[in-house]
Amino acid sequence: MKITMAHGSGGKSSEELMEQVFGRHFANPILDKMEDAAVLEVSGRIAFSTDTFVVTPLEFKGGNIGKLAICGTVNDLLMMGARPKYLTCGFVLEEGLDVELLERVVATMADYAQQAGVLIVAGDTKVVEGQGGLFINTAGIGIIEEGIHISAANCQPGDAILLSGTLGDHHGAILSARMGMENGINSDCALLSDMTDALREGGISVRAMRDVTRGGLGTILNEIAGKSRCQFEIEETAIPMKEEVAAFCDILGLEPLYMANEGKMVLFVPEEDAEKALAILKDTENGRDAAIIGRVREGGGVRMITRLGGSRLIDVLYGEGLPRIC
Amino acid sequence: MNIQEVIRYLKEYNGPELRLMEVCGTHTASIFKSGIRSMISEKIRLISGPGCPVCVTPTSYIDRCIDYAMKDNHVLLTFGDMIKVPGTSSSLAEAKGEGARVEIMYSPFEALEKAEKNPGVTYVLAAVGFETTAPIYGLLIREALDRGIANIRLVTALKTVLPALEWICANEKGIDGFICPGHVSVIIGSDAYGELAHRYQRPFAVAGFEPEHILAVLYDLVHQIQMKKPVEDIHNLYTNAVRAEGNPKAAEVLHQYFEEGPAMWRGLGVIPGSGLYLKDEFAAFEGGSRGLETDRELPPECRCGEVIVGRIDPDQCPMFGTGCTPTNPYGPCMVSAEGACGIWYRNR
Repeated sequence: MKITMAHGSGGKSSEELMEQVFGRHFANPILDKMEDAAVLEVSGRIAFSTDTFVVTPLEFKGGNIGKLAICGTVNDLLMMGARPKYLTCGFVLEEGLDVELLERVVATMADYAQQAGVLIVAGDTKVVEGQGGLFINTAGIGIIEEGIHISAANCQPGDAILLSGTLGDHHGAILSARMGMENGINSDCALLSDMTDALREGGISVRAMRDVTRGGLGTILNEIAGKSRCQFEIEETAIPMKEEVAAFCDILGLEPLYMANEGKMVLFVPEEDAEKALAILKDTENGRDAAIIGRVREGGGVRMITRLGGSRLIDVLYGEGLPRIC
Repeated sequence: MNIQEVIRYLKEYNGPELRLMEVCGTHTASIFKSGIRSMISEKIRLISGPGCPVCVTPTSYIDRCIDYAMKDNHVLLTFGDMIKVPGTSSSLAEAKGEGARVEIMYSPFEALEKAEKNPGVTYVLAAVGFETTAPIYGLLIREALDRGIANIRLVTALKTVLPALEWICANEKGIDGFICPGHVSVIIGSDAYGELAHRYQRPFAVAGFEPEHILAVLYDLVHQIQMKKPVEDIHNLYTNAVRAEGNPKAAEVLHQYFEEGPAMWRGLGVIPGSGLYLKDEFAAFEGGSRGLETDRELPPECRCGEVIVGRIDPDQCPMFGTGCTPTNPYGPCMVSAEGACGIWYRNR
């Protein structure tokens, strides 16, 4: 069955879609009230984030747009040291979208919301003319406990820079799917909560954390270096990469430093906590390839020591990072 | 010699200043990615050459592509790094924003599937490149003919490297040696540079793309120059991929489908015999590639032309980093991922 304009009209078809797809998977006491707004009791400092997901294809090796939608916003909250609690989801369905596909996406969202310990408390659905596309917006709230102050402006000279795992996996999987290339590259889309919980339990005082998404590690390091007014120096040989992703980048002329991930983070910890933080990360499922990739120094910008000992400036991503001609 | 000794030799070089041209855009990118400039003596200056097909493409070519993209029932297929190059008044990226049908291709062969699926649409390929890429377009025509696909056109900006190198040797006296383009050399062979090297008495050496390959060639060129040996043959340090005689199959394809003609190189002007155009018998696939020689006047401060031939470094152009940046490029050298200015800016 396909989505039609009737599903968006607010009438019988809409109601059926709500019950059979959304209501079935997202049920919880707050959402089930079906009021105009969710009423929540929260206190303290709140982290609040939103993100919109427009990926194609909708399903890919390692996940689907729904998994991205939940993990993306939950991870943004986690990166501020917050405990994620509530999400909203807005859906824009294009006419022609396969309802079974939609249901798979929604079921995945319910699954990951449960894993993340968040409730989906409000939502919206619209149907527009089109060719079977799907766009999802999620917004999320999390509570930041007393004493936690994580910010991109906190880095200090001497801090260690850690990366939780291999670069480029998500971007590689999406591009491979779009180009019809068969390979073993899977999206690394995942919740970062295992790692952030473990770091908190281990007593690591994280200065800054960021998930390595659009723009890639190169762009994100520049943003943080700018806010902290420090220089970051990283080692090319320390950056973990799967061999297959590295080969894929080589063939297409892509730079791993600018490729998106969806389940990796970069974090900054005081020097004395570096080895302990690394051990904690490596003990988790998603952090087993974690590495210390560099140090924070006085100065500005981001430099990388290359494999042969040369030095190069790493700037933000310009343009779209498209493969080259020659 | 091992790589550390090569690096030490190049770092400690203290003779007269040497200017070595790396012709190929992929070498430019590789040199910056590996930080080679930071590893060698300041007296060895690496100059970027005209081996960036995007950089040397004139505005009239972009205009022709935009025209096709705006036409009903036409789709323009292009490699990604062409979409931001400025034409006379717009770029493909801007035109796309205004409704032009522009699609990025990762391989020209994608055109065949699209053309078969949509017989009412004419797919026009922006066929830009050097000898490395040209044979692929020949094979594309061959397959289109085999499969009876007629709704494909090529607008070509295909060029050959040797005439440009000859131009540089004849007109730019300050280049002491050349790093031959790696992929082009696979096609044309290392012997192809012999006549030029011998006539102008400049060393040419072929390098691969790993930093070790490039450092080895730098050592080789500097050493040849220091030893003041007469230049007799080309040193091929990329024997894994490059043979003296090149790739005869590729040459066969080139001869079958293309013939030489004059081509406009931004910064160098029109060089006779440096362009490759579809032969008349394949006119059905021709999208109007000849005569695209006019180039928009760049403002007086833009010195792309001098950067392309290595007369100045990018940061000596007054617009570098001020009026001309990767997000607001003025000249093609800043637009292209392989362009000297773009790479200098992103790696400064």
